[in-house]
Amino acid sequence: MLNHLAILPVLLPLIGAPACAMLRHSLAAWLFACAVTVLTFTCSVALLAATWQQGVIVYEMGGWPAPWGIEYRIDLLNALVLLLVSGMGMAVMLGGKASIWREIPEARRPLFFVAFLLCLAGLMGITATGDAFNVFVFLEISSLSTYALVATGSDRRALVAAFNYLVMGTIGATFILIGIGFIYMLTGTLNMVDLAERLPAVGQSRTAFAAFAFIVVGLCLKLALFPLHMWLPGAYTRAPSMVTVFLAATATKVALYALIRFSYSVFQMDFSILALSLEGVFIALGVIAVFGGSLVAIYEPDLKRGLAYSSVAQVGYMAIGMGIGTAAGLQASIIHLFNHALMKGTVFMALAAMILQLGSSRFENLRGVGRSMPLVSACFLLGGLSLIGVPGTAGFISKWYLVVAAAGREQWLLVFLVLAGSLLTAVYVWRVVETAWLAPAAADSPSQGRLRTPAGMLAVLLVLALSNVYFGLDARLPVETAGGAAASLIRVTP
Amino acid sequence: MSAGALLFCALGIAPLAMLGILLLRKRPNPREAVSMLAAAVLLGVNCAIFRRLEAGEILRWESAEIVPGLSLELAVEPLGALFSLIASFLWLVTVVYAVGYMRGHGEDNQTRFYTFFALSIGCVMGVAFAGNLFTLFLFYEVLSLSTWPLVVHAGTDKARAGGRVYLGILLSTSIVFFLPAIIFTWWSAGTLSFTPGGVFPADADPIMLAALLAMFVFGVGKAAMMPFHRWLPAAMVAPTPVSALLHAVAVVKAGVFSVLKIGVYIFGIDTLADVQSREVLLYLAGFTLLAASIVAMQQDNLKARLAYSTVSQLAYVTLGVLLAVPDGVTGSGMHIAMHAFGKITLFFCAGAILVAAHKTEVSELRGLGRQMPFTMAAFLLASLSIVGLPPTGGSWSKWFLMLGTLEAGALALTAALVLSSLLNIVYLTMIPVRAFWRFDGAAEQAAPREIREAPLPCLLAIGVTTTGCLLLFLFPEPLYTLLTRIPLGGG
Repeated sequence: MLNHLAILPVLLPLIGAPACAMLRHSLAAWLFACAVTVLTFTCSVALLAATWQQGVIVYEMGGWPAPWGIEYRIDLLNALVLLLVSGMGMAVMLGGKASIWREIPEARRPLFFVAFLLCLAGLMGITATGDAFNVFVFLEISSLSTYALVATGSDRRALVAAFNYLVMGTIGATFILIGIGFIYMLTGTLNMVDLAERLPAVGQSRTAFAAFAFIVVGLCLKLALFPLHMWLPGAYTRAPSMVTVFLAATATKVALYALIRFSYSVFQMDFSILALSLEGVFIALGVIAVFGGSLVAIYEPDLKRGLAYSSVAQVGYMAIGMGIGTAAGLQASIIHLFNHALMKGTVFMALAAMILQLGSSRFENLRGVGRSMPLVSACFLLGGLSLIGVPGTAGFISKWYLVVAAAGREQWLLVFLVLAGSLLTAVYVWRVVETAWLAPAAADSPSQGRLRTPAGMLAVLLVLALSNVYFGLDARLPVETAGGAAASLIRVTP
Repeated sequence: MSAGALLFCALGIAPLAMLGILLLRKRPNPREAVSMLAAAVLLGVNCAIFRRLEAGEILRWESAEIVPGLSLELAVEPLGALFSLIASFLWLVTVVYAVGYMRGHGEDNQTRFYTFFALSIGCVMGVAFAGNLFTLFLFYEVLSLSTWPLVVHAGTDKARAGGRVYLGILLSTSIVFFLPAIIFTWWSAGTLSFTPGGVFPADADPIMLAALLAMFVFGVGKAAMMPFHRWLPAAMVAPTPVSALLHAVAVVKAGVFSVLKIGVYIFGIDTLADVQSREVLLYLAGFTLLAASIVAMQQDNLKARLAYSTVSQLAYVTLGVLLAVPDGVTGSGMHIAMHAFGKITLFFCAGAILVAAHKTEVSELRGLGRQMPFTMAAFLLASLSIVGLPPTGGSWSKWFLMLGTLEAGALALTAALVLSSLLNIVYLTMIPVRAFWRFDGAAEQAAPREIREAPLPCLLAIGVTTTGCLLLFLFPEPLYTLLTRIPLGGG
């Protein structure tokens, strides 16, 4: 069992999905999916612990040694992302029953869980694998199931959103495939470690540059980095609430992970970031994303869509961290990857609880929700404060490391921009606070009385919200893991 | 009790009080009893901490590391002990006052009011006992957020607009200036702990120090240095007890207290004296204290006038720090105490006038001395304390601040202090004088004859704080002794 620990977090949901398809009853399918996600999460925790103790864990698929077989390499970085993805998958399954029951028709529910498990398997696979082509395969698994998940949204506009996402996502995946094809052509291998060894010899060729460009653009599409973010707001807004929680917390994070992996492990930093001067590109796009995304979020009449634009902005921070181009910057980026999942998981989960009762996430429907759903609103506020980066929350740790990293490169303007961005965040978070607590509820709104939230959802929401505070006051897990990961990624090229 | 436990008590009482207040939300009398009990216990705890400090004991507590090298730290030093004593004593008085005011004025949502009031005081305790800049910043920010519900208490559009200005300025300054200043300090000095004599190495880049000082002074928006003072008048939409305790004592004093601590324990006054931007900021403080006085003269709304007067008085404290001489620091520390008692009395009086006579404008107050003699007499004494005249405590702090300006050789600032005091007489002391002796030639008999004062709890509170002003004049000794114990490093 322990020998196979590295593969279990991917294998469990991957096998669980077809097994789930045989269950025709929604409740049974839900229980099964819950069991799978809990097991997956348990394995991920064990895996991270094992990585801390033993260093890199290598697993050869089917017993075939590396250049021929597919190899799974678990280091600190992907162990952390695996933990994050499986944890959010578990949270969504455990807390999402009421919301799924409300938004997904009875007949489609078992298949919904199948698609969800497939998506989870895809994301976990991208993270765990050490094989470039395998990344593409899992990327397609997760993407295809995501399109299906988005399309299950109760609103017919979900179909349009899913279609947009499909077109953009397919372009992205194709780009990645082309890039991987090019480097295979150059080096004759798909194993990441092998690639890293052989690429420097051929690194100056035009093919290598083209390959890297294709991969970066493809991944930035999945990451929704400005200006490739167009699919994200629609998909997040129209998807069922629980799908939004899961996607917001994990999908872009996995894309960022893959981007880091390709830029720092497969290609190496002095080639990928420095020679192509991607530094400036990432910082510029990141800054535009932070300001553009936040400004749109401030004026958006629908909170769910506003938070989707906020995700675009937050991706900008991660890009800035990468663009700083030092171990400290990379560490900040990885820390924010982790913390942003917590924040967005919290606010979208709270919003899902509100939508469950109020039927809409438009601001006029949210008036007075602070009085009718005090606990849920308080959790939203905690998540929001974390987004702003108030000290004592996880978001503060992200900001802290990002500013320290920028100061380390003496980029004072960037420091100012990063902090000014969090003021914009404060504006759109405070708009929600004023609507929820100060505005009187409309006469026919359910918010006139007390509204009850299902216990399971509330429990998960509370855990998520409090984790924002916990990781704001004891940030050793993300900080040290990210620090170790960043150091090992940068050290490859002394 | 161990040092850590005592500090935890000081910080933990407020959350416990919040819990009690929320549980008793249906029963007003026990609910207010909880507030009073909490305030009394907190005062007791702070007295105990003060005694331990006097006995020479070192009280500190440190959490596990949050991120490598950074942890929550609590430590007691003379300034913090002084600030915590003032805040908790005045909390007790204000709760008494608030019971009379909130009921007399028929305010809604009183449970929410008392809950966030307790939370704010809890944060103030955190600021007072913070052992490093990070801890101070944490409580500073939470204090901004937890006072917002109090500012927008009325829920009207005006309150909401005031709340936006309030939070907008306080958050922007703290995020754009204060936070990066903290991070740069950490980055260059490697520590954020408050250390006697300062944390910067002797060869620190002078340009960076200059920039950092400016960022700290502007970043601590609660110190209301111009041009970032607009939040304080905006906060006056809050109910009067909030204006009295939070926006004359707790919140604004948390601001100047932070500046004082940064000056003494992060820079150290010797380093501070050599920072290039100090002089510019010093004169800006001088400008703020004059300009705010001039603006205050033009305000007809009583609370707005008091708010601008507070802006002016806060600049005294900042100025005292920036003088970077021992008497300046002593004067600043004293002024925190003296102004607290004086200004809270003035706000209490303003609230009493609102409750009893429903008047908010200064021009309506003529002749009111006949109707509310007690309130107006208290107003007179408190305004003398703000001006800095005997027999009130304010004279001592002004004395030391003037000494400080002379010691630093800044005669222009001495003149500014004198001028501002004269202006204070015009716009504060003249109010009660006109209330007692009508100079407008209006008919004597038109004046109301019968006495109609505010509810008894309000009067009680006013009496206590006014007595405080007088006692501080007669017995400034303990305060002075406490402040001379501030470790000034090389000095």
